[in-house]
Amino acid sequence: MPEDTILSTSGLTKEFAGFTAVNGVDLSVRRGSIHALIGPNGAGKTTCFNLLTKFLAPTRGSIVYNGRDITREKPAEIARLGLVRSFQISAVFPQLSVLTNVRIALQRRKRGDSFDFWRSERSLKELDAEAAALVDAVGLTSFLGLTAGELSYGRKRALEIATTLALDPEMLLLDEPMAGMGREDVERIAALIRKISANRTILMVEHNLSVVASLSDRITVLARGQVLAEGDYATVSKDPRVVEAYIGSGGGHGHH
Amino acid sequence: MTDLASTDAAATGLTLAETDDSTARLHRNLFIAIAVALVIAPFVAYPVFVMKVLCFALFALAFNLLLGYGGLLSFGHAAYFGMASYVSAYTAKNWGLTPELAILFGTAVGAVLGLVFGALAIRRQGIYFAMITLALAQMVFFFSLQTPRFTGGEDGIQAVPRGKFLGLVSLADDRALYWLVAAIFMGGLLLIYRVIHSPFGQVCKAIRDNEPRAISLGYRANQYKLMVFVLSATLAGLAGATKAIVFQLASLTDVYWTMSGEVVLMTLVGGLGTVFGPIVGAIVIVAMQNYLATLGAWVTVVQGVIFVLCVLLFREGIVGVIAKAIKKPL
Repeated sequence: MPEDTILSTSGLTKEFAGFTAVNGVDLSVRRGSIHALIGPNGAGKTTCFNLLTKFLAPTRGSIVYNGRDITREKPAEIARLGLVRSFQISAVFPQLSVLTNVRIALQRRKRGDSFDFWRSERSLKELDAEAAALVDAVGLTSFLGLTAGELSYGRKRALEIATTLALDPEMLLLDEPMAGMGREDVERIAALIRKISANRTILMVEHNLSVVASLSDRITVLARGQVLAEGDYATVSKDPRVVEAYIGSGGGHGHH
Repeated sequence: MTDLASTDAAATGLTLAETDDSTARLHRNLFIAIAVALVIAPFVAYPVFVMKVLCFALFALAFNLLLGYGGLLSFGHAAYFGMASYVSAYTAKNWGLTPELAILFGTAVGAVLGLVFGALAIRRQGIYFAMITLALAQMVFFFSLQTPRFTGGEDGIQAVPRGKFLGLVSLADDRALYWLVAAIFMGGLLLIYRVIHSPFGQVCKAIRDNEPRAISLGYRANQYKLMVFVLSATLAGLAGATKAIVFQLASLTDVYWTMSGEVVLMTLVGGLGTVFGPIVGAIVIVAMQNYLATLGAWVTVVQGVIFVLCVLLFREGIVGVIAKAIKKPL
C-alpha cells in the first residue's frame, strides 16, 4: 500500500440473500483528501459506507486502514483507531444537553472507558471548557443548555459534527451530511466540512452534486454495486457511462 | 449567527451553571426530606408497612436504573428479587447466618444471576431483550417450583428468624429491624443517585438515547449495558433479600412474573427515568394493596384502572409531571 493512502479496500463484496449490493469494490482514499462516493439510488453507496464503518460485515474482500487490516474489527474499535462515522439521520443524544453531547465524545477520548459508577460527574467538569469551545466552533454557543432534542434539524447536524470533532479523528466518514437540509444550512455545513478537513481525511457519501463538485478532491462513482468511474469532478461528470447511469436511473439529484 | 452566539456565550454559561446548582440544591434538600421522613415514619405508621414500602421502593429504584437510565426493559426482574429472597431466607434459617450476612449472601446471588442472565439478554435488542429476560425469569420460577428442598415449594420458606444484627442486636422488634431496613434503603438510593450522576451514568444515558452513535464514538455499548444490568439486578437482589428478613418469608410470589409486572407498574406510576419517581410509585401501589385489601381480587382491577389512567393522562408518571411543572429534573 502506498504511503499516502489512508484507507483502501480490495474486492469488497456484500451479498444479501441472492442480491449483491456491493460487488468487488476497490477503493483507495488518499490521506488528507476529501473523497466523495456518489451514484444513483440503489448503487450500493450506503451499503458500502456501512461496510467501511463496520456496521455491516463484508461477504468477501478486505479493508485496510493505516496499514492495518480492519475487515473483522467491531464498530467501536475502529472509532478508537481514529476512523469515525456520522449518520444520515442526525445522530445526537436527544435527552442530553448540547454541552453533554460533545462532552460524551471528549470523555471517551480523554478518559477511555468510563466504568467508574462510584465517581461523581463533577470529575467531568474539567472537560467542560473544551466541550464549550467545540460547541462554539459550530456556532451553537447560545444553545449550550438546551437538550439536543430541542435543536432544529440543521443545528443537530452541526452538533453532530462538533461531537465527532471532539474525538479528533484522523479520518471522517460522512453519510450524506446534507440530507434533508435547506439551502442556508447546506452552505453552512459545507463551509464547516471544508474547515475541518484541514488536517484530516474525509470520505463522504452525498447526493447533492453541487456540494460534491465544490468540496471533493476525488470522486468515485458507484452503480449497481460496482465502481463505474473515478477521478475529479470534471473527469467523472463528462464520463458517458456516468451520465448514462444517472439519466438511466432517473437522476440522482433529488433527496429521498 | 456566530456573532450573536459569542455575545450570548458568557450569559448562557452562567445561567447553565446556576441551573445545575439549583437542581443539585433541590436534590440535596429532597434527600434531607427523605431522611427526615424515614426517621419519623415508624412513629406515625405501622413499621412493617413502611418496611414493605421501602423494600419495594428499592426494588423499583433498581428497575428504574435499568429502564430509565439504561433504556433496557427487563420483564424478569422478579428472578433477582425472588432468588435473593430465597437465598437470604434459606441461609438465615438453615445455616443460621446473621441477618446482615444472609442479606449480603442473597444480594450476591442476585448479582451473579444478573451477570449470567444479562450476558445472555443484552445480545438482543428491544422487545427481544424483554422476552429473553422474561423467559429466563420463568426458568427461575420453575426451578423454584421444582426444588422444594431448597425453596419449600408452594409453602415457601416460612418462619425465617430475624436473628441478631452482627450477632449482637436482636431484630425481633419491628422498630429495631426498621432502622436496618431504612439504612439499606437510604444506602441503595444514594448509590443509585451516584450511579446516575457518574461518568458511567453519562455513557449509559448516551447509549439509551442513541446506541449506534455511542458505538461510533468508540464506546463498547454491550459492556456498559451488562454493567448497568448487573448493578440493577444486584440492587433488586438487595431488596428481595431484605424483604425475606422483614416478612420472615420467601415464597413463589416473589419470583413469579406478576412480581416483574408490579415493579414495572410502580416505576411507570411514579415516573420512569426520574430519580425519585419509583419511591412514590412504590408508596402508591403498596398502599393500595394494603388499604384496598378488603376489596379482595378487585385490587387487581383497581390497579389496572390506575395503570390505564397513568398511561392515558400522565405518561411521565407522578414525579415526571411535577418535574415538568417545575422545569427541573427530579
